[in-house]
Amino acid sequence: MPNHATIAVAMSGGVDSSTVAAMLRAEGSNVIGLTMQLWNQRRLAGRDGMPEAVTGRCCSLDDVYDARRVAETIGIPYYVVNHEDRFERDVVRPFVQEYLSGRTPIPCSLCNNHLKFDQLLTVARQIGADAVATGHYARVEFDEGRNRWVLKRPIDRAKDQTYFLFGLTQEQLSRTLFPLGAMTKPEVRELARKYGLALAEKPDSQEICFVPGGDYKKFIDAYLAEQGDSLPDTAGELVSTDGRAIGEHTGIHNFTVGQRKGLGVATGSPLYVLQIKGDKRQVVVGEQENLYSRTLVTKRSNLISVSELPDPMRVSVKIRHRHEPATATIEMIGADEIVVNFDQPQRAVTPGQAAVFYDGDIVVGGGWIS
Amino acid sequence: MRRVYLDNNATTPVLPDVLEAMRPYFEEHFGNASSIHHHGQETRAAVERARESVANLFGCRPAEVVFTSGGTEADNLAIAGLVQDGDHVISSTIEHHAVLNSCKRLQERGIEVTYVPVDGRCLVDPEDVGRALRPNTKLVTIMMANNETGVLQPVNEIGKVCAEADVYFHTDAVQAASKVPVRVKEIGCDLLSISGHKFHAPQGVGALFVRKGTTLEPLFHGGSHERSRRAGTENVPGIVGLGKAAELAIQGFESGNDREIAKLRDRLESAILEKVEAAGVNGAGAARVPNTSNIYFDYIEGEALIISLDLKGLAVSTGAACSSGAIEPSHVLTAMGLRPDRARASIRFSLGKQNTGNDVDFAIQLVPASVARLRELSPLYNKGEAQIV
Repeated sequence: MPNHATIAVAMSGGVDSSTVAAMLRAEGSNVIGLTMQLWNQRRLAGRDGMPEAVTGRCCSLDDVYDARRVAETIGIPYYVVNHEDRFERDVVRPFVQEYLSGRTPIPCSLCNNHLKFDQLLTVARQIGADAVATGHYARVEFDEGRNRWVLKRPIDRAKDQTYFLFGLTQEQLSRTLFPLGAMTKPEVRELARKYGLALAEKPDSQEICFVPGGDYKKFIDAYLAEQGDSLPDTAGELVSTDGRAIGEHTGIHNFTVGQRKGLGVATGSPLYVLQIKGDKRQVVVGEQENLYSRTLVTKRSNLISVSELPDPMRVSVKIRHRHEPATATIEMIGADEIVVNFDQPQRAVTPGQAAVFYDGDIVVGGGWIS
Repeated sequence: MRRVYLDNNATTPVLPDVLEAMRPYFEEHFGNASSIHHHGQETRAAVERARESVANLFGCRPAEVVFTSGGTEADNLAIAGLVQDGDHVISSTIEHHAVLNSCKRLQERGIEVTYVPVDGRCLVDPEDVGRALRPNTKLVTIMMANNETGVLQPVNEIGKVCAEADVYFHTDAVQAASKVPVRVKEIGCDLLSISGHKFHAPQGVGALFVRKGTTLEPLFHGGSHERSRRAGTENVPGIVGLGKAAELAIQGFESGNDREIAKLRDRLESAILEKVEAAGVNGAGAARVPNTSNIYFDYIEGEALIISLDLKGLAVSTGAACSSGAIEPSHVLTAMGLRPDRARASIRFSLGKQNTGNDVDFAIQLVPASVARLRELSPLYNKGEAQIV
């Protein structure tokens, strides 16, 4: 980006995006701070066991306050843009739906695909910004050889967020900046201190922004109650791998693949959730070794470093944010379906999560595990 | 960068004459208006002079003016101070949140509130108010001018309905004061709220007209200030500023300043509508205060337009912002029956006494260009659907 480009920075009120805004400003760009108002934290507060007070999470007033103070400190215009409707439609409802069908959703990827790199890029363009910068730890570069924009893992591997960014299109990547991709978190904090940002020591947030305390069940209860709905009864049978009923459960949404505790069945060897059959309300349980699978299929897949996959390709694959990438071969089997064959069986392949493919540091693409 | 401020319904700059009037009351005349000594007598006199000025603006007795911290407090005092358990209240769907949320609080206490609707022009029908009356109706609270559209409500007719039914009538005149005459006898109201900073007095001061004989339960408990209707040491500089602004408002009507502002507003409106297709004025069919124009620009997001204009130096707004500062869907435009996309595509321009013809020219240059830019990026507009309006 040329130095005098106009760049919209997605400011969450955290250290990372605040530092990005300060860096770009110091480099001479015209910076506009934007915070997306995505969810009204007070909407469900105090309802159905949800905490009464909410502080320090995405879209909370405290975070908007912090972002606004940073904008004022570094001297940039700052606006809060309201995308609550889109967020509820594209992130919260799918999240609840997925959960109720027994899958384990990752709303951050949905939010990146539908809000941050779609709506926000639109707003940026509307207000005359050439690009959007965020505080994600990832790198984006134009690769002359491939004639494509590529997404790469950041220098600070511990902070790698590329797993949540697999859905970015070439058009989106071409107008996106990740200035922290070449920095470590301690360096970012140091820079924040250097720029005099009051929030340099603010702790990182990890949990899903609209689910206070990370308690999915309470959130879903409260959300459904607000919608005049109640949690559907999804109680059913615990079955063994051969289909034999060995007990009962209180609802499929209480389980996630790989879970061991809380099955309420006493047997000789420890049991694990292997599979959730939403249509039959069955939770399939079995021994640890049955948790391992060698293959999976992704749907709604997106390719980044290559435009297509004419032949099988050797990659490493992450099936969870905190998963050590495992070597595999990927192959296109439909318009947006990719089959992944691992060299070694992988534990707890979980429908609803994403599988993201890497070629070294480069993100080849990814898709949703079906 | 040149900056032009056309968001005077949000707040206005303090006029130089107002600031001059206030200045001695920070340092020189600093006394507590309740004190018996010289210093107190000085500021007491200033407060009472300001009360007379506001009473002149209202056409009421000075003793009927209660100073408050602003419009919100005045509205709260009128509503919460009057209504008791078992009463019924009538309001409208287009009130400011100071009134709407005061009514909501009453409902939480178990008091019934009826909200009369508005038509497509943003007008309450006085007959609807009449039909909503019940034997236990205690209060009708309907605003004089809407903050988003500037549409003037038929308060004189509503006042008659209330007088005939012998119920109290409160009107929130925060957006009407100094833009149109606010005469409590013509309106026939018992309670009327104004806010200083909407007409060139400072933020943090307002007043409530309380017709003689109307008993209000105070919101605050403390000293016997304001005839025991509002405890707390008077904000003397603010009250002096409000008094001066009230005098200037009266002079403004005499000198035709309201007609000057109307001319500027009308020029702004017609020039923008001439240059921009698929746009129109919300509330166009009704009488409006002279300074306000609420215009929809189909196929765009008002939020993006406001930000774009601000980045180029023009300050305008929509009526409502939530606590984070993000724009909320307007309950007023929705109540008028606007389609959600048109409500989101609406922008409010509001002029003040400090605005000039040059300011209006600046907006006339900037707005059509910014709308055109946003429409270039709008998929709906580019599908050629611009004809279907």
